[in-house]
Amino acid sequence: MAQDKQHQLDIVTEPQFIDGSALQIPMLQILKEDGSVQKGASVPAIDKELALKMHDTMQFIRILDERMIAAQRQGRISFYLSSLGEEAASIGSAAALDDGDMIMGQYREQGALAFRGFTVEQFMNQLFSNERDLGKGRQMPVHYGCAALNFMTIASPLATQIPQATGYAYGQKMDQTGNCTLCYFGEGAASEGDFHAALNMAAVYKVPVIFFCRNNGYAISTPSQGEQYAGDGIAPRGVAYGMKTIRVDGNDIFAVYQATQLARKLAVEENEPVLIEGMSYRMAGHSTSDDPTGYRTREEEAAWRAKDPLARFESYLMAQKWLTKEAAEENYAEKKAAVLAALKDAEKVPVPHIDELIKDVYDTPTKQLQEQLEELKAHIRKYPEAYPKTASRMDGGEK
Amino acid sequence: MAKMNLLQAINSALDLAMAKSDKVYSFGEDTGAFGGVFRATSGLTEKYGRHRNFNTPLVEQGILGFANGLASQGSYAVAEIQFGDYIFPAFDQIVNESAKFRYRSGNEFNVGGLTIRTPYGGGIAGGHYHSQSPEAYFAHTPGLKIVMPRNPYMAKGLLLSAIFDPNPVLFMEPKRLYRASTGEVPEGEYTLELGKADVVREGKDLTIVAWGAQVEMAEKAADMAAEQGIDCEIIDLVSLLPWDYDTVAASVKKTGRLVVTQEAPLTNGFASEVAATIQDKCFLYLESPIARVCGLDTPYPLSHEKEYFVDHLKVYEAIKASMTY
Repeated sequence: MAQDKQHQLDIVTEPQFIDGSALQIPMLQILKEDGSVQKGASVPAIDKELALKMHDTMQFIRILDERMIAAQRQGRISFYLSSLGEEAASIGSAAALDDGDMIMGQYREQGALAFRGFTVEQFMNQLFSNERDLGKGRQMPVHYGCAALNFMTIASPLATQIPQATGYAYGQKMDQTGNCTLCYFGEGAASEGDFHAALNMAAVYKVPVIFFCRNNGYAISTPSQGEQYAGDGIAPRGVAYGMKTIRVDGNDIFAVYQATQLARKLAVEENEPVLIEGMSYRMAGHSTSDDPTGYRTREEEAAWRAKDPLARFESYLMAQKWLTKEAAEENYAEKKAAVLAALKDAEKVPVPHIDELIKDVYDTPTKQLQEQLEELKAHIRKYPEAYPKTASRMDGGEK
Repeated sequence: MAKMNLLQAINSALDLAMAKSDKVYSFGEDTGAFGGVFRATSGLTEKYGRHRNFNTPLVEQGILGFANGLASQGSYAVAEIQFGDYIFPAFDQIVNESAKFRYRSGNEFNVGGLTIRTPYGGGIAGGHYHSQSPEAYFAHTPGLKIVMPRNPYMAKGLLLSAIFDPNPVLFMEPKRLYRASTGEVPEGEYTLELGKADVVREGKDLTIVAWGAQVEMAEKAADMAAEQGIDCEIIDLVSLLPWDYDTVAASVKKTGRLVVTQEAPLTNGFASEVAATIQDKCFLYLESPIARVCGLDTPYPLSHEKEYFVDHLKVYEAIKASMTY
């Protein structure tokens, strides 16, 4: 075949269009829906201790999600986002990382944060925006963040964290930290310009970053196939940007773990960015402000309930005799009690002092901000009954 | 001291910053070995390597997203946006991310190491998309610092401060003056305080407030006024966020009159903020209404640039009107 040397391209003499569906990327699955191992698959080297930690975290998140949706319905918190059905995607991937690796999430990866060691009290303090919240009560519930655990604070704007992950990983590479950055996002966020900018730049700069797309089928009400995209999901985009790409069953914690473990090796040892697309299903609504009955059927949900990642993993663990039904139930009851206790404690903790309002806009408050705060406090003193959460704690009224 | 133009002063600041800390990175479209379309980054790749000064793909939102991430990692990210007119794809990353990074995390994380360099302003036959002065959009965003130097000396000292300031800084460079403005500049490192206005010329009759390239128009107008016996005080605001209203208020309490001039369109510009604040702080001292001398509320024109341009004659007329009110 003739060649164009400048572009290093083969030359053809007949017009040839490549079909948009020419690239069909398969899906890695290790655990079948019933928890048995796929023929020919090898289970990743996970010891009992790690397996049970992964299971524990999945259980904890399921309880937390269930309980906090109820708390929102009771009017105790303003908002919540459940990760029901997607626990394997975040926990399986976080489990394959080093604690020094940075995690940049979208907002549905509480499992990864819990796996890192964020305590039930820390979750509750954020959810109740109280004065013990690391974020100082400034963001809506589920916008967690923790520097000590290398978990970047969540922001509501979609996809902004993706190019930031590329930049963060660039710094890790230059500093030769031996760590990588893992960035989560949904298939809807992958339509944003920031996604494309991020993948292209990561491939060009060869930085140690893992892009983890949770393809959960819906962006609020918009179904992924046919309305969010027309092609074969998100994975082919990684190939187009020139990076290693893999698609996994996002409800199979072993497939997620194995792919992330290998991706981490590529990222850290060879500075190869990797795209992982985890196929899953958002069993919950988008948030507590959403009602999925308006856009999908109960039959569709039931079909996905059969693929439940926790039940699948539990079947495997029980077959291995690493877990018994009784132990799982006991663990569930313990975790539930801890969640309820932490909830009751956190809701009694006051909101941050009014002086916190102007902090952290800059490293130190400007003169303008100090003047504005003093004006505000003078106003609150005039109408203390209108601002009870802060008025009672001003001027020596502090507890 | 050496004679430098504004571009050379900026290049010198970048050079010194990169020498001072190997955590300083400079990047943008064409800013690598080529040195940028204005040559502000020339020589930096040769000196510090292509991992420290480099090209980015052509994607402003990606440049700022990358820069935010790099700064949050603890590096000093100096991102160039080739023209201020093209900063808007990055608006979300600047306004929703850079500006709120520290606040929203409760100080768990910050992007204090971020500096965004971008040329702004008209007078170069650039039409709509190479002439805008978009500072007011950003000046409405708590968490950012905004700096606009007027000459090479200020540019170098302010840029060195901006790069190492523990807050994200938008550094807007007056491109009309890139080569036109020259002056004596120390070759070594020095810094100038951010957020502090500079009294360029003292006077007793009337105060003129300007920033960036517009200070030159204020000076020319003040020269004309001086011939008529009007003694103008000129204040270069230097920083728009935070801005130094104490220096302006002290001046207006002395002179009783204020003319604010900006290149950008009149309505909702930063001059309006200056006027509102000063009437509040100096109401009983004012001898005449505060005047705003600004661009028209049109997109930046091409064939009518000369008419549109906020030149010294327009500022001079505002001075006279204020004096005879």
